[in-house]
Amino acid sequence: MPIHDQGYRRYEGRRLPPGGAWWVVARTDLLAGMRSRMFVGLLLLAWLPFVVRVVQIYFSTSYADLPLVAVNARTFRTFIDQQWFFVFLVTISMAGAIADDRRVNALQLYLSRPLTRVEYLVGKLVPALVYLLGVTLAPALLLLVMQVAMSGSLSFLIENLFLVPAITLVCVVEALLWAFAIMALSAISKSRRFVAVTFAGVLFFTAAMSQALRAITGSRAWAAISPGDMIDVLADAAFRVGGRPPVPVPVAVVVIGALIGLSIWVLERQVRGVEVVR
Amino acid sequence: MLDGLRRASPVVELESVGVRYGQAWALRDVAAAFPAGAVGLLGPNGAGKSTMLRALLGLVVPDRGRMRVLGLDVATAPRRIRARVGYMPESDARFPNMNAVSFVAYAGQLSGLPAADAMQRAHEVLYYVGLGEARYRSIDQYSTGMKQRIKLAQALVHDPDLLFLDEPTNGMDPKGRDEMLELVRDIAHNKGMNLILSSHLLPDVEYTCDHVVVLDKGAVATAGPIDGLKGRGGRVFELRVKGDTPRLIAALEAADVSCHATDDDVMRVFVPEDRGAAFLCELAARHGMQVRHLRASVPTLEDVFARAVGEPVD
Repeated sequence: MPIHDQGYRRYEGRRLPPGGAWWVVARTDLLAGMRSRMFVGLLLLAWLPFVVRVVQIYFSTSYADLPLVAVNARTFRTFIDQQWFFVFLVTISMAGAIADDRRVNALQLYLSRPLTRVEYLVGKLVPALVYLLGVTLAPALLLLVMQVAMSGSLSFLIENLFLVPAITLVCVVEALLWAFAIMALSAISKSRRFVAVTFAGVLFFTAAMSQALRAITGSRAWAAISPGDMIDVLADAAFRVGGRPPVPVPVAVVVIGALIGLSIWVLERQVRGVEVVR
Repeated sequence: MLDGLRRASPVVELESVGVRYGQAWALRDVAAAFPAGAVGLLGPNGAGKSTMLRALLGLVVPDRGRMRVLGLDVATAPRRIRARVGYMPESDARFPNMNAVSFVAYAGQLSGLPAADAMQRAHEVLYYVGLGEARYRSIDQYSTGMKQRIKLAQALVHDPDLLFLDEPTNGMDPKGRDEMLELVRDIAHNKGMNLILSSHLLPDVEYTCDHVVVLDKGAVATAGPIDGLKGRGGRVFELRVKGDTPRLIAALEAADVSCHATDDDVMRVFVPEDRGAAFLCELAARHGMQVRHLRASVPTLEDVFARAVGEPVD
């Protein structure tokens, strides 16, 4: 029997309605990330500060007269700040999300199937958000739970009820900003290495410029050019810590919103099934 | 049952479709109807074949005109169309970091198959296209011919109602090319799937398709059943003369006889039904030329193509 008479049959089975392809994309990328030992190691390492903080909470609840280990709102603010290193590493691990697809011309295959560009982008963003929130929001909220559990009362939570929305807001905004930014950079290149280096370069350059211009001019408003500083302004306001911010909180919100908007604009322009060279 | 899978009405219809890239029109005022079955989309490089396929899939938005695929409007129901269409692109394309079976199964899931069904279908179509033994290898290790086969597999995995094949034999060796054409022919004639085969290779289209649409410079030059087009225009002769050939060509064209050159040193001359070899001998003699070779020939798709795109005679 010729080989082409073997195996091919018409498909009579179930077909899922359109609209669910984003989850196929997201699940595939999530599983691909979990197959990398280095990446899983990074995620596990990101929970080490959580373990340290749990020990701190244990001592603060067991030995209330030790001021050095006292837990308050600033503890959670500092914890989120300290997770920045892992946020950075997880973000640049996502550098190839769209760049790898562009390198092998996969966009043509994706978009010739019954999924829209929005579904494709959502499918790519979801893993980035899951991983970023997995090293920020999840440990921070769990830390709050551990505080309540180890203290044996809800008094800390009731006195600091704002911590729940504060943690959620800061972590979600931070995750959205970096996820969109890395996706946008990934969409304009075919090299994941270039994307990672560019992301790191832009981040550190803007932070350094911000510091330099503040030192030269004496104006703290230059913090507005550094996305990291804007996240800090938002976080300090949400956690009710810190002194006078370098820029008003609405300015920080606008800057962050503008960066996310710019990223969305880049994604809309770049993610297409066909590259047209004019 | 196979006939029931074919549609009586055209599977693809274009009305005054125009696609522009900057200032250049890739398709201009294209009106065509692709019947059910196997249809060849012929044309030289740059004629607009790939642009047409991409426009039908919604990858390129036309500047004007309307298109319908399987009865659905491309402008309003692109996703429903793409769920029922399989596309084999011309250029190398794959999903990164996957082996063949994962790649094809993933493609099936993206097209709406449940995960388990997609995996089973992936195995089946990979065997069907001849990659059964290599299905667990990374696609990075595949040869050009294998990559063409896997592109066909991902287009077939969700059992589409209509296949778009863009240069399916690109870069393949002669044996691989023959096997690919056999697959395409089997898909169209034995499996009852409608397909549009876009190619600049006339033998590929002639072997696999029943109908043809010829594009040239972004417009439809001719269209119809291949047998009908080949039979049109009377009779075909091979002619070689000694003398002022351009003068003879001018005389032939003045007498409403078209001709085109071949790779050999002969012309293929298309003579109306009421004229024959004697007419050609008399015309040559009248212009002082000696006929060195004159033989009746069988019309080919190359003749249809040459007449349609107005290929000049050397």
